[in-house]
Amino acid sequence: MLNSSQLLFPHIRNLHLFPIDAMPTTERRPILLDFEKPLAELESRISQIRELADENEVDVSAQIHQLESRAVQLRQEIFTSLTPAQRLQVARHPRRPSTLDYVQAISDEWIELHGDRRSGKDDPALVTGVARIEGRPVVMLGHQKGRDTKDNVTRNFGMASPSGYRKAMRIMEHANRFGMPILTFIDTPGAWAGLEAEQMGQGEAIAYNLREMFRLEVPIICTVIGEGGSGGALGIGVGERLLMFEHSVYTVASPEACAAILWKDASRSAQAAEALKITALDLKNLGILDQLLPEPVGGAHSDPLKAAEILKAAILHNLEELLAMTSEERQQLRYQKFRKIGVFTE
Amino acid sequence: MSLFDWFANRKKLGPISKERQEREIADGLWKKCESCGVLTYIKDLQANQMVCLECGHHHRIFSHERIRQLIDADTWQAFDDHINPKDPLRFRDRKAYSDRLRDMQAKTQLKDAVQTGMGQIEGLPVVLGVMDFRFMGGSMGSVVGEKLTRLIEYGTQNKLPVVIVCSSGGARMQEGMLSLMQMAKISGALERHRQARLLYVPVLSHPTTGGVTASFAMLGDIILAEPKATIAFAGRRVVEQTLREKLPDDFQTAEYLLNHGFVDVIAPRTQLKKMLAQLIRLHQPYSPKNYQANSDQVNPERHSLSNSGSRTSIGTSS
Repeated sequence: MLNSSQLLFPHIRNLHLFPIDAMPTTERRPILLDFEKPLAELESRISQIRELADENEVDVSAQIHQLESRAVQLRQEIFTSLTPAQRLQVARHPRRPSTLDYVQAISDEWIELHGDRRSGKDDPALVTGVARIEGRPVVMLGHQKGRDTKDNVTRNFGMASPSGYRKAMRIMEHANRFGMPILTFIDTPGAWAGLEAEQMGQGEAIAYNLREMFRLEVPIICTVIGEGGSGGALGIGVGERLLMFEHSVYTVASPEACAAILWKDASRSAQAAEALKITALDLKNLGILDQLLPEPVGGAHSDPLKAAEILKAAILHNLEELLAMTSEERQQLRYQKFRKIGVFTE
Repeated sequence: MSLFDWFANRKKLGPISKERQEREIADGLWKKCESCGVLTYIKDLQANQMVCLECGHHHRIFSHERIRQLIDADTWQAFDDHINPKDPLRFRDRKAYSDRLRDMQAKTQLKDAVQTGMGQIEGLPVVLGVMDFRFMGGSMGSVVGEKLTRLIEYGTQNKLPVVIVCSSGGARMQEGMLSLMQMAKISGALERHRQARLLYVPVLSHPTTGGVTASFAMLGDIILAEPKATIAFAGRRVVEQTLREKLPDDFQTAEYLLNHGFVDVIAPRTQLKKMLAQLIRLHQPYSPKNYQANSDQVNPERHSLSNSGSRTSIGTSS
């Protein structure tokens, strides 16, 4: 796995905010998803053989090499044939790089900004800030999931409140005023649906963002990095470009909620995940997605820095195209992007 | 026999009279109020716009009835009647989506869950969209999104106010992400309508939830709601299923939203047309000549509205 000498972006060593790297190695034992089990078994067999060989001083490097290439092949096979429900598991993987991980990895500098200046609250489930990417000042914002249970409770599992969406809008207005492009990162199971969120106008907060994001003059690039959960995702998801990582998902309703409503049975979520067409490839085919970002084999969490590199390259490429346009052209592009979505006959 | 026994006996007789009531309802001449239980002759109820004469309960009405109530006779001109839904995901839950669509179209005589068009409200031209809850819970898929977007674009081009009567469970899951994206599509059209400084008034009727609440329902310049309508982002069932949270009874009513500042006016259905006309007139550019021409109509209405308005607010707070 990673160590500091391998960092692609050395500056981030000074910031302790790249937690995957900062985590002590003992806690970095991989978290296995059920479909990764055969792979894990193979890998543990390889290390057993290696230990035995070392003890008995036998040369088994040929066999080990064979097994290792088999492991690489198996990993490839597993991750190219994931079902939508399995992809959802990868998208929700606790070690999957989060917004702050990517922000740290792709930016030259970053200052997090807090608060919507209205509600008297700061929402930790949605982070915003000013940053620089390859020298250019930008605004970055996104849903923030936690990395462990305690962190997740603080972050509310990445489910933002109205104050989070209003903070996002405040920072986007700020970006618009200073001519800074906006990069949003989507990673939420959905907008927070608690009592207080309803009281504070969750619907209004999201609706307002949907409308106002069409008005902004600066480029907006939205990337689904993990889980794109319904209106909560769309609330920071209106831009000229929608990018999505290979194993991320974007849904109209969580497969669990969908199964509960349409099948009257929450345990049918795998079936719902299949039927809802939630994977990046599905959305590419439906004309919703502009660019699918490939992930390192084994998912973004198996090589976060490689994933960050892919993300950064894609963002810079898209940014260059958008910056070559006038603000009217961008607004028109944004409008037309959504205007043409829909399937019907006349 | 004590007075108490007499009441007890009367209670025991309950089921018999209920049976008789149900027989009468089956004739279709009488309707029993879900709220107060009083039977009303259907013609009287219709004359009162399907609002209970006894308790003011708003019976659910559907798109044709709503258009008839709001639009001046012979001025309605339907838009985009020919747009038909498809089944882009070949979705199948307990029933195939394509079958569901066919059954719904046969049952409702509608192509999808919204009717749009142009007409006049007290002589004032407006474009109007009315969602129909009978059609798959008024859910928003590609057709609803497209028809409303075209409606709003027509309003922008022709400098007309937009009124949308909402009644929807939210985005239509059977069309997956295509449905979610309609929220953004409609909001984008509303942004252009807004840039043109034109008036948009959504009317939230029971129920308005999910993706509709999180887009055009909450984007009105002025937001009206029918009394006691459920208005929510997360529907009760979704909240309870996914979060296992028990919600209070009065939660997510129109009155609750008014108290929390998310709805401007609770408009009883019997006042709705007048109020819409009044709002549209108030937002027309001022010229003394215009005002003179309208004042005969406006003044008596204003009195009657403010009177009944205060009555309503007393009623809802009690």
